[in-house]
Amino acid sequence: MPGKLKAKIVAGRHLPVMDRASDLTDAFVEVKFGNTTYKTDVYPKSLNPQWNSEWFKFEVDDEDLQDEPLQITVLDHDTYSANDAIGKVYIDIDPLLCSEAATVISGWLPIYDTIHGIRGEINVLVKVDLFNDLNRFRQSSCGVKFFCTTSIPRCYRAIMVHGFVEELVVNEDPEYQWIDRIRTPRASNEARQRLIFLMSGELQRKIGLKVLEMGGNAVVGYLQCFDLEGESGLVVRAIGTACTLEKISTLPSTATHQSNSSPSKDMKEPVFGEEVPGIPLSSGPPTPLRAQTFSSFSPSKSYSRQSSSSDTELSLTPKTVRMFLCPSTPALESISSSLPSTHMPCHLRPGMASRSSTPPPLHVSQSDTAMLRKSVSFSEELLLAASGMGSGGSAGKEAGPLKALLRQQTQSALEQREYPFFTLTSFPSGFLLHVGGVVSARSVKLLDRIHNPALGNTRSYKLLDWNSFTADEPETRDAWWEEIRQEIKSHAKALGCHAVVGYSESTSICEEVCILSASGTAAILSSRFMQDGPLDTEHRLSRQPLVFSTGSERVEGDMGSSASLGFEEVVPPGCGFCHIPYDELNIPFPAQLTYCYSCRRSKVPDVLFTTIDLPADANITGKGCLIQARLCRTKKKAQGEGNATAISNLLPFLEYELHTQLMNKLKLRGMNALFGLRIQISVGETMLLGLASATGVYLTALPGPGGIQIAGKTPSDITYEQHISNMQKKINDTIAKNKDLYEINPPEVVEEIIGSPIPEPRQRSRLFRSQSESSDEVSELDLSHGKKDAFVLEIDDTDAVEDIHALLTDSPTPQGFYSCNTEIMPGIQNWTSAIQMFTSVRVFRLNNANLTNQGLNKIFSDLCENLLKSLYFKLRSMVPCCLCHLNFTVAIPEDELIQVAVTAVAMSFDKEQILENGKQSGEKTLTKAITENDEQLQFNLELNPESSHANPLSSPKGLSEVGSHPSARASSMEKASPLPEGRSRSLRSNRSYSGTSVAVVKMTPLSFIPGAKIIKYLGIINMFFIRETTSLREEGGVSGFLHSFIAEVFAMVRAHVAALGGNAVVSYSMKECVFMENPNKNQAQCLINVSGDAVIFVRESELEAASVQPQSTTHTSNGGEGT
Amino acid sequence: MSVELDVFVGNTTIMDKEVYQLWLNGYTVNDAVKVRIEGGVMEECEASADVLLSDTMDQYRTFQMCERLLHHPAKLANQLLFQIPPDRQAMLIERYYAFDDLFVREVLGKKLSKGTKKDLDDVSAKTGVSLKSCRRQFDNFKRVFKVVEELKGPLVENIRQHFLLPDQLARDYAAIVFFANNRFETGKKKLLYLTFQDFAFCAGQLINHWTLGAVDSMMEDMDVDLDKEFLQDLKDLKILITDKDLLDQHKSLVCTALRGKTSVFNEMEANFKNLSRGLVNIAAKLINAKDVRDFFIDLVEKFIEPCRSDKWTSIDMNLFLTHYTNSAHILDTFKHHAVWTRYMGVIKSCILRMYHD
Repeated sequence: MPGKLKAKIVAGRHLPVMDRASDLTDAFVEVKFGNTTYKTDVYPKSLNPQWNSEWFKFEVDDEDLQDEPLQITVLDHDTYSANDAIGKVYIDIDPLLCSEAATVISGWLPIYDTIHGIRGEINVLVKVDLFNDLNRFRQSSCGVKFFCTTSIPRCYRAIMVHGFVEELVVNEDPEYQWIDRIRTPRASNEARQRLIFLMSGELQRKIGLKVLEMGGNAVVGYLQCFDLEGESGLVVRAIGTACTLEKISTLPSTATHQSNSSPSKDMKEPVFGEEVPGIPLSSGPPTPLRAQTFSSFSPSKSYSRQSSSSDTELSLTPKTVRMFLCPSTPALESISSSLPSTHMPCHLRPGMASRSSTPPPLHVSQSDTAMLRKSVSFSEELLLAASGMGSGGSAGKEAGPLKALLRQQTQSALEQREYPFFTLTSFPSGFLLHVGGVVSARSVKLLDRIHNPALGNTRSYKLLDWNSFTADEPETRDAWWEEIRQEIKSHAKALGCHAVVGYSESTSICEEVCILSASGTAAILSSRFMQDGPLDTEHRLSRQPLVFSTGSERVEGDMGSSASLGFEEVVPPGCGFCHIPYDELNIPFPAQLTYCYSCRRSKVPDVLFTTIDLPADANITGKGCLIQARLCRTKKKAQGEGNATAISNLLPFLEYELHTQLMNKLKLRGMNALFGLRIQISVGETMLLGLASATGVYLTALPGPGGIQIAGKTPSDITYEQHISNMQKKINDTIAKNKDLYEINPPEVVEEIIGSPIPEPRQRSRLFRSQSESSDEVSELDLSHGKKDAFVLEIDDTDAVEDIHALLTDSPTPQGFYSCNTEIMPGIQNWTSAIQMFTSVRVFRLNNANLTNQGLNKIFSDLCENLLKSLYFKLRSMVPCCLCHLNFTVAIPEDELIQVAVTAVAMSFDKEQILENGKQSGEKTLTKAITENDEQLQFNLELNPESSHANPLSSPKGLSEVGSHPSARASSMEKASPLPEGRSRSLRSNRSYSGTSVAVVKMTPLSFIPGAKIIKYLGIINMFFIRETTSLREEGGVSGFLHSFIAEVFAMVRAHVAALGGNAVVSYSMKECVFMENPNKNQAQCLINVSGDAVIFVRESELEAASVQPQSTTHTSNGGEGT
Repeated sequence: MSVELDVFVGNTTIMDKEVYQLWLNGYTVNDAVKVRIEGGVMEECEASADVLLSDTMDQYRTFQMCERLLHHPAKLANQLLFQIPPDRQAMLIERYYAFDDLFVREVLGKKLSKGTKKDLDDVSAKTGVSLKSCRRQFDNFKRVFKVVEELKGPLVENIRQHFLLPDQLARDYAAIVFFANNRFETGKKKLLYLTFQDFAFCAGQLINHWTLGAVDSMMEDMDVDLDKEFLQDLKDLKILITDKDLLDQHKSLVCTALRGKTSVFNEMEANFKNLSRGLVNIAAKLINAKDVRDFFIDLVEKFIEPCRSDKWTSIDMNLFLTHYTNSAHILDTFKHHAVWTRYMGVIKSCILRMYHD
């Protein structure tokens, strides 16, 4: 019995009228946890009841505390008939279980009903007394901190990064249970909401257990998703990165660069490793291993090779593929064409050799379906190669054997873990050494339908099968993901990388077909955070990282322990991550390599694609911008396996075209790298949608992109020629304009150096490597073509013309606007404190059924473009501003409908820094004015002199006061409460005298708040809501319905954060927005899942004040969110 | 091919003042888009008509969702659904409760009943204010009226606190409520030259000096009704015109004081008795509810019009009223000084305000 949960129901307000006769409500509250339910008294005839209940106490296992939400139901008492439910509040008490998070939940929470939306608010107090549980076999994982943030949270320091954790939980979807036929929509929705709350809790607990096993204390980059598989169930799955975090003391003085400070201490001069002359190990250990993995996985990469491809191969493709890359180098051409075209069929085969664990799905005969789950799987590597993301052995060449050895050890250590994946997208400095490129894998699966001829009715059958159903389901799903992860892992290996960073997983489901996708960035990481903390040795033998410790100790043994710190592969901070991790000789794909334009020591690819954020110390030129590739493909309606096969066959073309589009658009903007790449493929009955978003940037270390050249196939025609040259001119103009717009003007000297003999480092590398002769030849070849316009678009039919037009139709962002989909906008730093988070959803109906791929593409592209334009217009008052973390999600909710949802934050920035201060002080005075105004209006002020509309929190030292304060506030409120309503109608007046009691809560999808410092993480917010209506027209149609629902979701998130004592949500995301409508029946339903980290932040200006006067920061900043 | 659904929700609710005004003015979405296009917002932000339409629809929806809250402005500050900065909230409320002088002039003093509401289309046609906007304004009047009707304490303060209105707007509403409650006649042809602000000024005078609250703000009764006792006492003033001696004495005192100081002295002297009778008779009759309604028309007919036909300037008027009021105190047999001061103070400022073309 290790925990006691206590809840107190204080009051309600703005309740709906439940009794038409009196226009009042007789409200009471049920408080339920697990199987225990308490009730308050009925507070008769009031819309603002004051229950002021006793403390309801629940004595429960901490396991339950993690799994179960506290469920508060507000009801209207009815003497003669059943009590009517007004609505519910689910409170996730997980934040209270961690000593470093919130200590009390107290505040006004919206009462939510799935049919009516928010119906008033309820004031509650919730606390948990947790007893220490030292049971080794415990099932709970209280105390493990969860963060949605995909970087090391701001007020923590990473002691160790343990690695990937994943878990999934499966259950039957209540919406599809037999009982759903007889229960009300409300009951069904509530069952679903509750189930998902339970499942999320369980999932989180299980992940927590894994983290504890690994010796960690936190999960960073926690990503939880739902798969609504319909008939076949409901899957909740999560991935994250287990870490050991240490809180940085909250002293403001040490605060600024916490995450970087300690780990980088041992960062020595950049090329320490190089000084150690060659040791014969140099190419020994790594090469065989790489070669091995490489060869075994070559089939799966065949497609990427084709991207630079020959005509024969293309002839196999559907006729829409007409725009293709023409390799500029004959040498490369020969390399690629030497790969026989037989790769294609091999590639299209659904099962791969590497996935022998799954039965070859296509061969499963119809007869044994009752037993076997059919699955058609297909997977394919993202076309890293088409971009020529480089190749070859920078490490071996430059820093030589020692580095290679070290890397090898990190690698071998990483290989010991099942999946060397990291969901982080930005890293403590020195952690990320090299980036290989994007790796991705997709697999098409058929969700099983259980047929049972004996019973005939699938629903009743399911009821009987409940136990077995839930029992074996997770394994199947686990196996599916395992396959994908294995594939990702092998792709990374093929790129010479031992880890995958910026890793994420997603699904798209349509009827019974499910596409599972995973993607990440192959990378080489420093072992620094994976072995022991740099200084303290006592951790050295802790369980999980043992692998690494032994690894590093061995090194020390070999090399002498004094050098241990220096063994870390040290890379130049500004460009090191661009240096290719793979062996130049075993180029996994044709690529043009050049020497790094920054340090000139290592090879870099000509283009770099990644799923991570731009490293903070990366050298860039100019500003970044959002780049999107959009694609729509029609597909024949089909069922079952046929459908899955059809989709499998389409996928590679889709990815190829997306990639080509990305590449073209990147060149068009004069940039050479993509960060935060996210490719979403959505499947519908008659089409597939592909949307790739990324932030383009010009990396100083990489060569400048060549232009785009257009070549016609029928040169005889003069008008055609003219047409082409017109187009070429347009393209060149656009490139020039974009370079201007994004301020991309790399130093000109660069050219000269390329041509000249490679300077000193190369000489040295020649000394190191015996086989350097051949590699030199290759690099010289590369260099000779580096200057040229390497990119040729061939036009041979109207489709291609269309494509180029489409390329040029992306309208530029209006004056004063920038956009990106990453955490920080490359090239902009001086943010003001004005931020505006928003969600926008559009659904588009395609009315004419017979659309060509081109037509669809245009529609889809226009849809996205127009949405962006609308956003710019909406936010014009914030100019100059940047839309950061623009996260698009596409879906095909039903045939002929395309849904696009965007969540992002608009952040103003100053051209000059000076403005910042003025603005902030202005805001401050405003706040002050409000407070004064407040006091003036506050009813019965003397009873609660401390209470302000700000949160009762956040003096750095006084966090312990939190517990007492809200209750004090509550009791003062009781005293201040107006006379019973029956007595006078002046109640209204009394209530209205009080000023606003609503604290401002900022929301942002980013992990930080500009101009402010996060001083405390209060816990994860993970909420799931369903809203349904049977009076769609009355609620303002679909738009009105969704508008109010999203507003309600925001309101509930804010209220829960405020109740935890927070004033912001960071890393906020809307992970699911499933919208279904039936206008004929006047009905609609929507499911939304949101998550984020509740935090307390303090304005930096106030922080400064606090350091002078420690007592003065008792109020958190709640300055109005400027628009 | 059509956009089926299109929403934008910000954590801080984005509201465009211009669009809000168009919405308040009762423009349809399409008309509002036209106005915005003409306003040049498109060039300013490189937007297209589609973008403008989408934005306008979105804002209209937001306003509609907020409207419910605006009916009880205090709720706006305590609701959780929309996160609106306080200055924005104030703007929303102020503009929502703002009204057209033209419109209010039409309904001022009328009963705020369903019947009146039904006639709003005529008012709309007459004033050029859209029917939607008329309805909103009318409903606002009615809502404020209903809430403060039975509340204790100072009227203006009640309005300000319940509806979180700025001071001036609260005063205007007080005037509207006061007029509606006492059903002052304002629509007669002779009164048409008076603006709402003239009436609002007079209402302020009446509220401040003639209601019960004016004497004792903690009294049980409210600010909206005139002080019955005072009205009763006003009858005593009749002595000023019924007692011939007093009347003559009064006249000579005023004439002495004014001689040589005004260009309309002769007219004044000739008309004194009529004017004085007019003013005192108004006072004496105020005890009847019907005559209260005619208060302003009486002032115009009995006093303002005769003076205007004699071409008094407002300086003449001021001089006359000052001496007329003060001289009464010197009269030997006149005992009702307090009532007289209370009456004439208001009458003087009302007349001065109303004395224009």
